[in-house]
Amino acid sequence: MGDAFGMPIAHIMAAGMGGIRTAGDLVAWMQMTRRMKIAEAKRYVADKLGIEVIDLINEDVMYSLRGDLGIGVVTGDPGRASGIIAKCKIAELLEIEINSVNYFKSLL
Amino acid sequence: MAVAHGIASGIGGIRAAGDLVARMQVSRGMRIKEAKEYVAGCLRISVEDIADPVVMSELREDLDIGRVNAVPGAAKGIDAKFRIAELLDIKINCVNKFRERTGL
Amino acid sequence: MQDAIFTRMGDGERISMPVQEMKEELLEGTQDAAKKGRIPELTEEDLQQLFEILAEPGRIVSVPSGKEVVVTDDGCAKIFYSGPADGGAALPISRQNSVLAYERGFAADTVSFGHEDYSFKPAKALIDYEMQTYYTTSLATTVPCFYGSQPNLGLYFRPDGPHPNPADLLPHGRIDEAKAAQEEAAEQLREDMVYVGQKLAEVGCEGINFDTTGSAGDADFHATLMAVAELKEKVPLMSVEVGMSGEFVLGMHGGITFEGKRLAGMYPHEQADAAAAAGADIFGPAVNVNTSRSVAWNLARAVTFVKHVVESSKIPVHPNVGMGVCGVPMCVETPIDCVTRVSKALVLIGKADGL
Repeated sequence: MGDAFGMPIAHIMAAGMGGIRTAGDLVAWMQMTRRMKIAEAKRYVADKLGIEVIDLINEDVMYSLRGDLGIGVVTGDPGRASGIIAKCKIAELLEIEINSVNYFKSLL
Repeated sequence: MAVAHGIASGIGGIRAAGDLVARMQVSRGMRIKEAKEYVAGCLRISVEDIADPVVMSELREDLDIGRVNAVPGAAKGIDAKFRIAELLDIKINCVNKFRERTGL
Repeated sequence: MQDAIFTRMGDGERISMPVQEMKEELLEGTQDAAKKGRIPELTEEDLQQLFEILAEPGRIVSVPSGKEVVVTDDGCAKIFYSGPADGGAALPISRQNSVLAYERGFAADTVSFGHEDYSFKPAKALIDYEMQTYYTTSLATTVPCFYGSQPNLGLYFRPDGPHPNPADLLPHGRIDEAKAAQEEAAEQLREDMVYVGQKLAEVGCEGINFDTTGSAGDADFHATLMAVAELKEKVPLMSVEVGMSGEFVLGMHGGITFEGKRLAGMYPHEQADAAAAAGADIFGPAVNVNTSRSVAWNLARAVTFVKHVVESSKIPVHPNVGMGVCGVPMCVETPIDCVTRVSKALVLIGKADGL
């Protein structure tokens, strides 16, 4: 596989969408749940967020938007939604079903 | 932030020879060029190879001065630092303290 | 204009290559892929763009803003605690801490983890532990969390498994016995993969990654396709990613088909079609690196295969880009000058949907 710095980090830095720093996870959800190709997945997520596609990777836009929407941010801000709570909101926002969310709700 | 800078401009720590160059800066106040040349001289490689992980991973394994890859039995931590102090001919505080406390 | 460009060989050795030689290497690489896969070569524009990526003076390169893609995880998140074989750092931290560090510290788009002995057969034996770890980890992660494992049909042959080993039978010409052994072992593998997948889905598994599929040949690939089809029917909410082990499927059996198509000898575009037909959501092609050739040759070859599979695939394509595949040199401490160039080339020229 290669060491952490040399392989996954290098790829993330070179071409990654930035995960929960920005909107990478949201685009990933659309590929996983609806098999969307990258352009379609980005367009879909941008529309749901009410932003331009280019802003999907804009940290400045996405940090405050994610905080406002309660869909998780990368920093450990006390009181902000993260984990399963954030995923509940993501499922609702993107109108998708997430298995872990459904399972969590079934346990409540 | 840190990762971005490391990727863009870093030598690469124990993936390469970044830690060794850093030690020359902190222990002898060397500027970057001098520090790189000194380390390259100690390792008997070219300055360009200082940041090459392919060259340095083998060399670090041969010299047993610590690698980022977790090889069982290879020097890590304080044992690697003992060897680094000797290789670079510098004093490292934690190495000296360790010697004092253990009587080595 | 530079006369020579610093680049590397497929084993990571750094070299200086004259400009003209690099262009010839790129052409030879694409021609080799086109010939083997019976697919189009890269265009002149593609080759020029690939050359410019390789010739960029910076140590690292990246895609322009707006061209970023999803980086899915096939075991990278566990790299902090895992052993040296995969480049792991063996840090004394838990799987959960490793995954969260990868999500939060490295801005990963997805995370994953798996059994330390990263195959379905050992994972099945400890499935309760895997389920519990997955459940508690997925409560804490925000990004999609995959469970990854390798089909690894080889574990089902003697001495590791119960079935006769084809590697022992084939040299003695016992072809029919070797085929039968593979078919029986593949059936057991399929059962195990479906079992593990279903159990994980019970605790809310968001995605399962079949890693290095086809490593033991066509029977291995077939077992995976059958398992994917069954899981997509039984637990449709669990996404499935199929990542391959090599650019063509070895015909260890030679006669196995899926939906009427023989699996042996399939190249990435055909593999992708099979994976999509089985119900996979994401496909990850692998193009093996020749360590005796340059990165330029290897990367041109990889981009040729990836570009074609992206064009023809009905599902997102995330090429495997670890050491030894798709142009990344085969060495544990992968040089970031090459890794970032692989990223950029596969995204901009190959048009990959992710990595």
